[in-house]
Amino acid sequence: MANVAAPSTSNSFSWQVPAWLAPLAVVVAAFGVVPFVASPYVIEAILLPFLALSLAAVGLNILTGYAGQLSLGSAAFMAVGAFAAYNFNLRVDGLPLIVTIILAGATAAAIGIVFGLPSLRLKGFYLAVSTLAAQFFVQWALTKFGWFSNNSPSGVIDAPPLAIAGVTFDGAVGRYLFALSVVTVLTAFAYRLVRSQAGRNFIAVRDNELAARVLGVPVLRTKLLAFAISSFIIGIAGVLWAFAYLRTVEPHGFNLDRSFQILFIIIIGGLATIRGAFFGAALIVVFPLILSRLGSAVFGTVFDSGVLDMSQRIVIGALIIIFLIAEPDGLAALWDRLIKRAHGRTEP
Amino acid sequence: MTGFDFTFFLEVLVGGLLSGVMYSLVAIGFVLIYKTSGVLNFAQGAMLLFAALTFVSLVERGVPFALALAITFLVMVLLGITIERTVLRPLVNKPPITLFMATLGLSYIIEGAAQLIWGTQVHGLDLGIDDTPLEISGILISKFDLFAAAVAATMVAVLTVLFRWTRVGLAFRAVADDQFAALAVGLRLPRIWATVWTAAGLIALVAGLLWGARLGVQFSLSLVVLKALPVLVLGGFDSILGAIVGGLLIGASEKLAEVYLGDVFGGGIESWFAYAIALAFLLIRPAGLFGQKLVERA
Amino acid sequence: MSLPTKLRHLAALTALALVAAAPAATADDQSTGKEQFFPLQSYRVGPYAAGGTGFFGGTIDYFNLINTRDGGVNGVKLTWEEGETQYEVERGVEVYERLKNRANIAAWNPLSVGIAYAMIDRISKDRVPLITINHGRTDSTDGRVFPYVFPLLLNPYSETSGIINYLASREGGVDKLKGKKLVVLYHGSPYGKETIPIYELLKDKYGFDVQQIEVPHPGNEQQAQWLQIRRIKPDYVILRGWGVMNPVALKTAQKTGFPADHIIGNVWSNSEEDVLPAGDAAKGYVAITTQASGADYPVLQEVVKTVYDAGKGNLEDKKRIGSVYHNLGIVNGILNVEAVRIAQEKFGKRTLTGDEVRWGFEHLKLDEARVAALGAKGLFHSINVTWDNHEGDGRVTFQQWDGAKWNVVSDWISPDWALLRPIIEKSAAAYAAEKGIKIRTSGDVDKVTELGSEAPAASAKN
Repeated sequence: MANVAAPSTSNSFSWQVPAWLAPLAVVVAAFGVVPFVASPYVIEAILLPFLALSLAAVGLNILTGYAGQLSLGSAAFMAVGAFAAYNFNLRVDGLPLIVTIILAGATAAAIGIVFGLPSLRLKGFYLAVSTLAAQFFVQWALTKFGWFSNNSPSGVIDAPPLAIAGVTFDGAVGRYLFALSVVTVLTAFAYRLVRSQAGRNFIAVRDNELAARVLGVPVLRTKLLAFAISSFIIGIAGVLWAFAYLRTVEPHGFNLDRSFQILFIIIIGGLATIRGAFFGAALIVVFPLILSRLGSAVFGTVFDSGVLDMSQRIVIGALIIIFLIAEPDGLAALWDRLIKRAHGRTEP
Repeated sequence: MTGFDFTFFLEVLVGGLLSGVMYSLVAIGFVLIYKTSGVLNFAQGAMLLFAALTFVSLVERGVPFALALAITFLVMVLLGITIERTVLRPLVNKPPITLFMATLGLSYIIEGAAQLIWGTQVHGLDLGIDDTPLEISGILISKFDLFAAAVAATMVAVLTVLFRWTRVGLAFRAVADDQFAALAVGLRLPRIWATVWTAAGLIALVAGLLWGARLGVQFSLSLVVLKALPVLVLGGFDSILGAIVGGLLIGASEKLAEVYLGDVFGGGIESWFAYAIALAFLLIRPAGLFGQKLVERA
Repeated sequence: MSLPTKLRHLAALTALALVAAAPAATADDQSTGKEQFFPLQSYRVGPYAAGGTGFFGGTIDYFNLINTRDGGVNGVKLTWEEGETQYEVERGVEVYERLKNRANIAAWNPLSVGIAYAMIDRISKDRVPLITINHGRTDSTDGRVFPYVFPLLLNPYSETSGIINYLASREGGVDKLKGKKLVVLYHGSPYGKETIPIYELLKDKYGFDVQQIEVPHPGNEQQAQWLQIRRIKPDYVILRGWGVMNPVALKTAQKTGFPADHIIGNVWSNSEEDVLPAGDAAKGYVAITTQASGADYPVLQEVVKTVYDAGKGNLEDKKRIGSVYHNLGIVNGILNVEAVRIAQEKFGKRTLTGDEVRWGFEHLKLDEARVAALGAKGLFHSINVTWDNHEGDGRVTFQQWDGAKWNVVSDWISPDWALLRPIIEKSAAAYAAEKGIKIRTSGDVDKVTELGSEAPAASAKN
């Protein structure tokens, strides 16, 4: 079985504009402009899930895109993060939110290492299917043991308010800024990581394990490190999903479909690119909404909502396939090509 | 709970083995496609749903049983050919993960189309097999499960004959061994793929009918793939024999575990226990039961 | 076909979609005249589509009946818009955020515990009622803590007690329960586990023996569980099922020789969709319900005459008229409409605010005479919602499946509300403490947000 293919990223920053300018501009706009122009609907229904899923995709991309380990258990690590944060917050009095979040990430990382152990022996789909064990086991454990949800009779728990140093991030804008800050910090971390020695080790393991070993890369440790870091980030994405976005925590929300969704995001966005996670998440979050709004605006009077949604499912499925055929390297590659072409036009 | 109830143990064991056959049925569909095109076809569940839904909807519209079966088979053939044309051919030589994602997309399309065409109603499916239990020396055995096992055995026999002793089978094996070599000696890959997907469609039909009769024909039918995946890990993605033996092992140990270990864990462990068994086994024997050595190990 | 061109097309399409969709969210509801808007987070796709189409179909059919036959509620037209959720929480939230700024919202009716939970904070701030008929968060029965949440007719605890009371009546008295063996087969989810402590409580009270066995989600394999049941040899099996778990339970019961008429289903195991796939194995199976099935009730006849015969029926398959989910939808429609009507008596026959409709729900008293006047005698018993009891003392009945339809086989049974109330209050008090909610007193009930002074969240820009 071949390794997970990845588009080359090494040369994608050859254009004249400094590479850091575009991300910086995006971050500035996201902090400085978006909160003033976006309606609560846009923030609550689009930007918050977008941020949480982007972060999860960044995490998965480290594991799958960079280190080449296919995982179908992302949602489980999100669940671990969300429930860990809930319990740290509940059971340790006066724990600052930042620490809670870091501990939640660390818990997810620990669980990630445990479920990453099979990767030492297994590869490809065998590994992918075995990560499903994480998916089912975590869901089972979180439902089974009432302790995790503070013995709430229904098993669904309410997220605590988000407060750092006395400032409460209440309301849509507040939660958006909170989520955005977390995502910015972790994305910057991921960006640095993949360009560090560890990141190069990931790629070496992905591209040729044997060669990597010959070159002195500690393969086993590298794989587990990839699982740990990836789960850490995904776990924190789970915290954002539960605390900043939905405001409730329940195991069912972190099901297999969510894992697939995150996998879709990195495939469509582009494997082994950090930007790809954001492009992919934007498409996966926004596209179905546009489709359903467009569908009901155009055909709403002709067909009932069931027919529309079924068609929507078909369209999304078809889009995924078309995408894989037309742009296997993902939106990030498409974006690069567009930039290059734009440059070609202005500076012949 | 005094003493060990051996009859009960046997009953659980037999029940588990028969459930395992049902898992194998689904797993075989995966194996067939994986063997020849290297794809973990996640759309197998959707195909199963599509086949069962088409069949049951035809029967409900008054089409006779045999005719409905024939029409559904034809539809599955068309589906297989269409998939080859529109999805596989453009994606040839793409990495496995891309193909896997494509089958996920495919499952969206098939599930959507199945429900768009036939509606979201839940259907009962009666294959005319009475499911009153047989009692053989104190052990209850389901007639339906026996029937399902017989069907599975027949199917495996047919597939084995097909693979071993026919030209098509020879071509299949050639493709499974080495796609490029097969191509180089002039085998027409697209045709083989179309055949394989058709065969997988047929298996989906059989599995869909048997599972549909157990669960009712409804959306959740596509979830039975989750029962087949640990079987595949255990038996090897590319071995039909592995799918059978793996199914039996998983079925039996899962049931025994639920009954005898369930209390220790608090019950409901079946959802992940099968995966745990498969994993534990793989850690000892990375190639799976009968998988080829190509399972890479670190 | 160069890629940039494709992308430009995509961008144009996106812009078009946003333009097309934006006015739809604001313009068409400002139409002239009086109206009351019901946002419907329906699900017509996905694993639970059968329930969604029946329930939302029933509610819409009833709204149509009121509009066509009566010209609305005292001249106030009922309007609605559906948003598909596929039963997924985040889609439900999206629909909520999309529709919450529409004018004249009367109440929300998701038929999903997960979505309802995610909405509790939000609707409490927006001060619009959230109706979770037959399900929902049990402690929201306590209106002192949850002013805007209404688990009408039946909450999970009452359901449990109702089932035990039915078994008592079947055995010939509560004292006959002593020494009986029960097995509860529950779905491996928070929903399934919710009633575990209640069965334990009732066990201690009545002296029966109960074993609770979990079926892992989705429940398409139950061989192990039913073999255990075969060994336990219980008098009854109570099915707390969900989706595909129900027919599989019935089939596996047959396979292991357990009689169907000793299996009792709960409210999520009581529909045609739960038994039809099981075929003959379901014959004799009994399940709880708050609303009897069948299309003979006058109100359903009127729905058929006024709505379906005019080609405006919501159900695609007319055979489903009078099915369990459809009738639940009809009853839900009745309760929503009557709450509006009762609120209109107090606030005037005009469009009401959500908070005014909340007042209506808190005075939703439909005695048997009123239920009969509404053409629903026998369809459901009665309801009496008060400011602190948001469930409203709904009675339950039991239906038996004869292979083709459900037949009522019991009287209207009352759950043991007095026994359950302290547990509910305790849980609600804990929630109030955790959330810093001030517990309401009866004096707060009449403090209503009036028209024009709506809560800030509801009047925020779209």
